[in-house]
Amino acid sequence: MLLFKTALQSLIGNGLKTWLTVFVLSLAIVMIIIMQGILHGWSRQAIDDAQRWELADGQYWCGGYDPWDPFSLDSATASIPEPLARQVEQGLLEPVLITQATVYPEGRMQGVMLRGIRPGQQLLEIPTAVLRGDSMGPVPVVVGAFMARQLKVKLNDEMILRWRDKNGAFEAVDIRIAGVFKTAVPSIDNGVLWIGLENLQAMTMRQGEANILVKSEAAEVIEVEGWTFKTVDKLMEATLLLVKTKSAGTSVFYVIFLLLAMLAIFDTQTLAIFRRQREIGTMVALGMTRGQVVKHFTIEGSLYALLAIVVGAVWGTPLIWYLSAVGISFPMEAAEFGVPMADVMYAAVTPGLVLGTVLFVFVVTAIVSYLPARKIATMNPTEAIRGKIL
Amino acid sequence: MIQKFVILMLATTSLLPAQNFPAGKSILEKVDQNMSARTRISVSRMEITMARGSRTIEAKSWSEGDKNAFTEYLAPAREKGTKMLKTDRQLWIYSPATDRVIQISGHMLRQSVMGSDLSYEDMMNDTPLLEQYSAIVDAAETIGGRSCWVVTLTALAPDVSYHQQKMWIDQERNVPLKIEMYARGGKLLKKIELSDVKRVQGRWFPMSMLYKDMLKKGEGTRMTFLDLQLDTALPAGIFTKASLK
Repeated sequence: MLLFKTALQSLIGNGLKTWLTVFVLSLAIVMIIIMQGILHGWSRQAIDDAQRWELADGQYWCGGYDPWDPFSLDSATASIPEPLARQVEQGLLEPVLITQATVYPEGRMQGVMLRGIRPGQQLLEIPTAVLRGDSMGPVPVVVGAFMARQLKVKLNDEMILRWRDKNGAFEAVDIRIAGVFKTAVPSIDNGVLWIGLENLQAMTMRQGEANILVKSEAAEVIEVEGWTFKTVDKLMEATLLLVKTKSAGTSVFYVIFLLLAMLAIFDTQTLAIFRRQREIGTMVALGMTRGQVVKHFTIEGSLYALLAIVVGAVWGTPLIWYLSAVGISFPMEAAEFGVPMADVMYAAVTPGLVLGTVLFVFVVTAIVSYLPARKIATMNPTEAIRGKIL
Repeated sequence: MIQKFVILMLATTSLLPAQNFPAGKSILEKVDQNMSARTRISVSRMEITMARGSRTIEAKSWSEGDKNAFTEYLAPAREKGTKMLKTDRQLWIYSPATDRVIQISGHMLRQSVMGSDLSYEDMMNDTPLLEQYSAIVDAAETIGGRSCWVVTLTALAPDVSYHQQKMWIDQERNVPLKIEMYARGGKLLKKIELSDVKRVQGRWFPMSMLYKDMLKKGEGTRMTFLDLQLDTALPAGIFTKASLK
């Protein structure tokens, strides 16, 4: 306790220099917590958005279906087999048929992915009810806000859609933008046009067929030949890997912050030991062991971390609360980024994250404080009092 | 009496087209004799007019029916040396910049050739019309001072790209001078205007074709044959991957 008291007194005695070091260290602590919190919040949000808009509780993929190879889509569709068809009828599975097509908004040609989904579905948040339309007018389709901007179309705009049926024959109809939705999931927005499933099945002559079946929580996973079930974890693998990579990338920033703080502490400690040789010699002469003096200086250095934690808590807590409750908005669109990303991201800060960061910073500070203090162990007290040791 | 006269008139007029117009099948036969060849070696120029300007591509092609084709791009400098091999449903491309041969999905054949109004399929398709379509002669019209039969072609099988085509066929030379291609639902998708009909090894052949995607804005893509040899022996091994490098 005595060591702690004297260490604290010497630290406070350093004045502004101490508080500057403490502030930089507190900045490092809060930044680590915020950045990690935002990345954690992003991955949590990405999974949540993807489940609400695209994946639900997983997907069955028809054999050969590869979302990254649009040219293989035609050969990756099949009739829905009996046990799964029953679940489709009960609304437990949502079939999606996908085909390549071309749209001509205002005479411009643009390749799109045409995705057929049942207008009455409730599983995904895509506003499919408007896909019912009347059979006489242009075929209704819905698009994401990003796609609408790409096509330069707005609600109720009409254009020509051209595609090939399953035999390869061309067909074309007029379509109408019946709905525009805003989503944070780019894979259902960027380059995608949603159309009524039965319409698309008739258009492509693929009655009763689908490429994927989206599973609801209530549906049981069944082993069916020719179809493979993919869990949400599996389907989100690439996105989560990206978040992880981003997390590793951002660690560069807090390594820089930490380095700055640690450099300041190391420098202060080295200078203190050089300047306070007489004090060290006196302490040893008065009966303190070299180990106790080393401990004194290590505690003094480590106190920077303790003070930084207190200071960081004072200014960081309201900021972290704000970022958790109100979030931070990003000007970019999710579809431009290519991965699920909401307009507003919230920091997901857990007690584990805070404790882990604080402990990490404390241990690093203690090590950095100990390193220059080791020299004290080799001191001769009489030489130290004379100031001729270092 | 009047009733008999009306019936006679109706019968006569309804019989008229059948009497004056030749059978569609015989016209298609003659068109195939002109246009379809067992082998073809050509040097062609493709002028693509787009909203942002135009570009010209020159290529030399060797083809055998509609199964095998080999193309080497001669111009522009950026594309020069690029080679493309198609065998049945497989497609390979050799790029001199990377010195690599890449296999491309057969579905790519349906994509546009370098931003033009033609797909690879359009360019390579040499299946005789008679094998794909039935034909009915609808009318006789004049195009560019040439008398033509207006023939409606309807696909015989569901896997033909264009369900229906309308052709204006030169009555004397048996070469189409205008073609309109329709979707199954009747929408006009593509139009081709054929001109500069010349004698090539005893056949009439249009040396210039203007392709226009009717759903798209733009002036279309003009394909001109600078040199054309039909039913000529092809170099051995031209349709093998070895010829790409």
